[in-house]
Amino acid sequence: MTGMLTHADFKSDLKPVWCPGCGDFGVVNALTKALARMELKPENVAVVSGIGCSSRIPAYTSCYGFHGVHGRALAAGTGLKIARPDLTVIVTGGDGDGYSIGGNHFMHACRRNVDMTYIVMDNRVYGMTKGQPSPTTEPDWDSKLSPEGTGLREFHPMVVALSSGANFIARAFTGDPNGLAEVLVQAVRHPGFSFVEVLSPCVTFRPEQRDWKKIVKHDAIKPTSDLARAARRMLRDTGFELGVLYAGNRRPYEPRGRREARDPSALEARFTL
Amino acid sequence: MKRKLPHTVQEFMAYAWAMEVEAAERYAELAEQMDTHHNAEVAGLFAKLARIEGKHRDQIAAQMGWTRPPDTASFRWETPEGPETTDYGDLHYLMQPYHALKLAEHNEERAAGFFERFAAAKLPAEVRAAALEMAADEREHVRLIREWLAKYPEPEPGWDEDPDPPAGAD
Repeated sequence: MTGMLTHADFKSDLKPVWCPGCGDFGVVNALTKALARMELKPENVAVVSGIGCSSRIPAYTSCYGFHGVHGRALAAGTGLKIARPDLTVIVTGGDGDGYSIGGNHFMHACRRNVDMTYIVMDNRVYGMTKGQPSPTTEPDWDSKLSPEGTGLREFHPMVVALSSGANFIARAFTGDPNGLAEVLVQAVRHPGFSFVEVLSPCVTFRPEQRDWKKIVKHDAIKPTSDLARAARRMLRDTGFELGVLYAGNRRPYEPRGRREARDPSALEARFTL
Repeated sequence: MKRKLPHTVQEFMAYAWAMEVEAAERYAELAEQMDTHHNAEVAGLFAKLARIEGKHRDQIAAQMGWTRPPDTASFRWETPEGPETTDYGDLHYLMQPYHALKLAEHNEERAAGFFERFAAAKLPAEVRAAALEMAADEREHVRLIREWLAKYPEPEPGWDEDPDPPAGAD
């Protein structure tokens, strides 16, 4: 052996408590493969999350992790990346955490374009709290908690990401962990804010999503650096086409001001009364 | 795989090895999932399948005299995952040994078909011979799984009904 790390080295000893059949297993698989492929070291990677089933991911990797408060994963991840630009920061979460409670953070993270990767495991439902509709739930999804559906138009994360300034935007599927790993490698390596929308079935509250593997269209979206072209592509999006939509050239955010302010003792002196 | 067809037995066997590695790892993961959900019987079965696939992996390495894993970095499956890998989405926490063995049977059939396609391709004779041999092995595995499966009758409809379902809001 060459001493290089394998994907198993990026897994922790904790076993996921997700329901068997959950798509999120595929994300752990893909993320650990991607990190190994990039030859990163666990101690140089931080996985940050909010709240929800998918937000358990930091505990299942051997990287540094921060399981934060609901909807605030991007705020925590942004702060971490600004303070420690040497780290690879990966923010994770679900559609409820990221698009509802954390919706405002999502837009502004795209706008700021800090160099980090945001993986959203979208199952179009709040799974942890037993099946309430989320911002991406179809308007006619009929359930005990939303009789006859909400009637509300779905939030379109890729359109919002594109219009808000994200520098890399892609959609992948957990049923294809190898393809997802390739997308994650591209996302992490691309400068600036990378957003990866991952279709991740919830087999407990949305058992019909088991059929997603028959619906998704692999490699249906081709990457472009042309914002207008990417926007036009989204006009005919069905939500099941996979691929990299946009890889832009915006310069990532870099903090201005005195670098020495990051030294804890200097900060302490500034705040001493 | 999106192949780059193998033109040597070494290259071909690296494909076979990669398939067994992925299958063994996945079965081990599925065993852990079932164990977490206190489905001990199916957990044990998946663990056994993981050991079997691990044995196949090691047999290939021994047969080829490999002291280090072959380079499979450039491999791409034609399907989302290898032909012997169980889809995460095919699990249910109440599944029974019958269901697990049906998944295994499906995997072995796909693996046999995978090698049979290599055997029918325009490849050097020694590669096609190796592919035929691997296909025959996989067909034998299908037969063994079916024998194993015969011990478990197909569960009645409703096997997945939980009197205390996680969907508590119902």
